[in-house]
Amino acid sequence: MAPIILDVDVRRKVFRSRAGPEHVVLADMRFSLAEREIVALVGPSGCGKTTLLRLIGRLDHDFEGRITWHGQEAPRIGTVFQEPRLLPWRTVRENLLLVTPPDSVETVDELLRALGLWPHRDSYPTQISLGMARRASIARAFAIRPDIVLLDEPFVSLDPSMAERGRQVLLDAWQRRPTTGLLVTHDLLDAAALADRVLMLAGSPTRIVSEVIIPPTNRRAGTEAAHAFAQELRLLRPVEPVLFPDVSAASSDRR
Amino acid sequence: MVWELAATFAHSRLFPAASAVALTMIQEAVSGSLLSNLAITLARVAAAFTVAMVLGTALGFAMGIWRRVDLALDSWVTVLLNLPALVLIVLMYVWFGLNEWAAIAAVALNKLPSTAVMVREGTRALDRNLVEMAQSFRLGRVKTFRHVTLPQLAPYLFAAARSGLAIIWKIVLVVELLGRSNGVGFQIEAYFQLFDVTHILAYTLAFIFVVQAIEWVFLQPLERRVSRWRR
Repeated sequence: MAPIILDVDVRRKVFRSRAGPEHVVLADMRFSLAEREIVALVGPSGCGKTTLLRLIGRLDHDFEGRITWHGQEAPRIGTVFQEPRLLPWRTVRENLLLVTPPDSVETVDELLRALGLWPHRDSYPTQISLGMARRASIARAFAIRPDIVLLDEPFVSLDPSMAERGRQVLLDAWQRRPTTGLLVTHDLLDAAALADRVLMLAGSPTRIVSEVIIPPTNRRAGTEAAHAFAQELRLLRPVEPVLFPDVSAASSDRR
Repeated sequence: MVWELAATFAHSRLFPAASAVALTMIQEAVSGSLLSNLAITLARVAAAFTVAMVLGTALGFAMGIWRRVDLALDSWVTVLLNLPALVLIVLMYVWFGLNEWAAIAAVALNKLPSTAVMVREGTRALDRNLVEMAQSFRLGRVKTFRHVTLPQLAPYLFAAARSGLAIIWKIVLVVELLGRSNGVGFQIEAYFQLFDVTHILAYTLAFIFVVQAIEWVFLQPLERRVSRWRR
């Protein structure tokens, strides 16, 4: 068993608005990540997945609980955001070089070649497609030699074939630079194609409702295997009353 | 051509021909008076421009980032924005004397509030996603400011610089006219006493050429370079 590198224990994350009441988004989120393990958190849109990733990525410190990194005082975190978030005034290659140490030119160039971005290395983000921009953002996350890669719906709003290509690119990057990964997605296919373990999120506030360990023979075993396993995961997905308990309670009250 | 014909037709010393103005410009340049006065005025423009841009940018950035700074300074900026240039110039001369510092401060104070307002708007419009990306990849404050913030502020800074240059050189002439004993503004005032429109136009046009040259040689190429990523 690989050593645990991260313990997440988010007891409560609350959103406060000036006027309205406070809204508890996340509750009792407890899970660990082992070294080089890829975990997928699957939940419906708006359930707080991105919020959780922001807590782990140290972009938001306002929560009750504790996130503990083992072995690393200041872990290198490579984030792949929902939007590519490339700087439009820097070329693709310059975007990668900006976030990496000066001795990383070779790593950057190797990743650009591996992810099919080499011909576009001197293009500005406005001159390339969204699919390519996402690839560049994946390359950027891996270029910093991360201790963990956080992926926030990296293939959302891509058509199925582009998303498939994106997943392949991600797996290529992972093969070249094996590291720990935490993927949040609403798409079971992403989870089935990329993860070792799937945590299903549901409820309000959002909690972990089930855990599925993908059998070693099914892990990253190609498109067909991913589609087949996604189908199995679909059967395990929490049904509506669990996903939206408040809504179902309200409607049963009305009855 | 039109000017030349119109001047010939008018035949008045109050409306000199283009050739006469050009000749005067050459004579003044040869005598050294034009160049020395141009240099003095340009130095004042440069000093006031630098002070207004640096302080205005810092102030606008702080107001855009911190709400409290904005609340504390907003009314003052509005007052300065609406204060007539002449009032500021007279007050500066009265309070600090007819000296170079008062002249430059008066010009800079006229431009500073509009720079601050433009940069404040630019700072408010900063893309938080990009700032967060920089934070996530631990770029550090200096690198984030240089590579993430500054390029986003560039269009606002260029707009401020363009309008700044246009406003400042006009105000510098008034400042020179009111309280300095050299510079293009002083020369124009002297020739105004003599009703010598030829000299007034010669000095004015010479200065317009210089300001236009700054725009063509410096500002436009720099702006093209900075915004070459735009399709």
